[in-house]
Amino acid sequence: MMRISERISAEMLVLYAFIGRQFALYKRYWHWELMWIAYTFANTLAIGFLGSGVGMVTGQEVDSKTLIIYLLIGSLMWGYLAGLFWEVGSVVSWERWEGTIEYTFMAPISRITHLIGMCLFAIIYGVLRTVLILGAVAIFFDLDISGADLPGALLILVASSVSLVGIGMMVAILPLFSPEKGTQIMGIIEALILMVSGVYYPIDVLPSWMRWLSWISPATYTLSGMRKALLSKEGISGLFPELAALLLMGLIAVPLGFLVFSWAERRAKRIGMLSRSG
Amino acid sequence: MDYDKALVVEGITKRFSRKRKREGVFGKIGFGYRIQKKAIDGISFCVDRGEIFGIVGPNGSGKSTLIRVISTLLIPDEGRVTVFGHDVVKEPIIVRRMINRVSPDAAFFKKLSAVENLAYTARLYGIRAKEAMGKIEEILRKLDFPRSRLTEPMENLSKGMQQKIAVARAFLTSPVLLLLDEPTVGLDPRSKRSLQEFILRIRDEHDATIVLVTHDMEEAERICDRVAIIDEGKFVAMGTVEELKELCSDNGSIKSLEDVFIALTGRSMEEAEEDDEDF
Repeated sequence: MMRISERISAEMLVLYAFIGRQFALYKRYWHWELMWIAYTFANTLAIGFLGSGVGMVTGQEVDSKTLIIYLLIGSLMWGYLAGLFWEVGSVVSWERWEGTIEYTFMAPISRITHLIGMCLFAIIYGVLRTVLILGAVAIFFDLDISGADLPGALLILVASSVSLVGIGMMVAILPLFSPEKGTQIMGIIEALILMVSGVYYPIDVLPSWMRWLSWISPATYTLSGMRKALLSKEGISGLFPELAALLLMGLIAVPLGFLVFSWAERRAKRIGMLSRSG
Repeated sequence: MDYDKALVVEGITKRFSRKRKREGVFGKIGFGYRIQKKAIDGISFCVDRGEIFGIVGPNGSGKSTLIRVISTLLIPDEGRVTVFGHDVVKEPIIVRRMINRVSPDAAFFKKLSAVENLAYTARLYGIRAKEAMGKIEEILRKLDFPRSRLTEPMENLSKGMQQKIAVARAFLTSPVLLLLDEPTVGLDPRSKRSLQEFILRIRDEHDATIVLVTHDMEEAERICDRVAIIDEGKFVAMGTVEELKELCSDNGSIKSLEDVFIALTGRSMEEAEEDDEDF
């Protein structure tokens, strides 16, 4: 029998296999990544300029500094969450595209370690990319976040990553059954989350029938928590409702995501969909 | 538990269904219907430890489906498969530690180098990259793979070179049961020969059991201890090459496994492949 320390060491090696592999792949597909970063940077900058120009458009006095930070938090967090969602959702689609899926699924590893490895990469890379874009955008705007609750913001980031990862695991099964349509449905789900979560506006502006969707979206609590921490500068106690909602969602979404993924893997092995490419 | 039996396959059946559109006046219309086909139909066999067991048959005869079932990548509809006594459906992780596979398409991360791909596989099997490097170099030396090309992206390597890396990936994890699914397809005669010799050497030196799937009858004849002939998802005969030839040697015209296949199925390999393209 394998000792516990050996077991942990073996699992860490597997996690490293996935994280290292993804970083190596991103290094080789750097032009795609550069395009994605440039796109997110330009988009974030445009959103910031929109905040600067609102006063000019309406002809009324607007607290543009607060508005810019409000919008930039939305843009940056959306970039982070969408990237995370996409990475986790690509567990299957990328490997199918490369043709390696059967080899990864044939390796003697637990699926939970496989999924955690991919999620960890997504979180590490997402944080690095967001910090890079934040740094670049900060050059263009006079961002004053002195006194902001940075530990609180970090807590919100971690809690939101957990719940998004759970949803990502559920969505990752779509390309397993339909490689093309699955990826397209992933895009639609992402767009819906963007619309209802208050990325650039308070959710109160949504029609009441649409608002219930925002209540079940983790991104709503992420954005609300981030704005409280960075704009309202509330302490951790003030962030409790958002943290509790995110943790509760994570507690439900992660095990559920794992169960859904395991069910889908078994189903794909029954009907022979694991290796199909079309 | 009988550990002299590396692989026991008992009554395996696997069906696949495909959606077909109905043919109307304006072409293919409507919701369509599903057709089912048995890719494998009640196959049973055992492979002894240290044996090289060949499965020969035309494309589409069910060979790769069978390998996927043994590899834990497909769940059979009926029957049971055990690898050294472990059920492939109930104990997949234990089975996966004991097996590895080479498939006809050398599936790799195309932009990563051979070393990066192999290091990734090594880590998945609990082998540290440094430890793996020695093994990788040893295997590739035996396969005549130039060391200088190890750091090139896989997409820059020829089909033959990629196939050698695929073989190295399979041997790297020291499997006790190796599943070789058309390992020499697309290789030039020299590379094919060196790979066949490598397979024989591995069996002798590392006590590995090998299941070789091929539609190359000469290859099966050259390296397999026993051979099963598969057609339309069923084994039509099984035995040593000599036994199979004897089985069909009534008129003394049987010279090769291809002749055995024709005698048993009434069709040539090419004809059998054409018939199977319909599904």
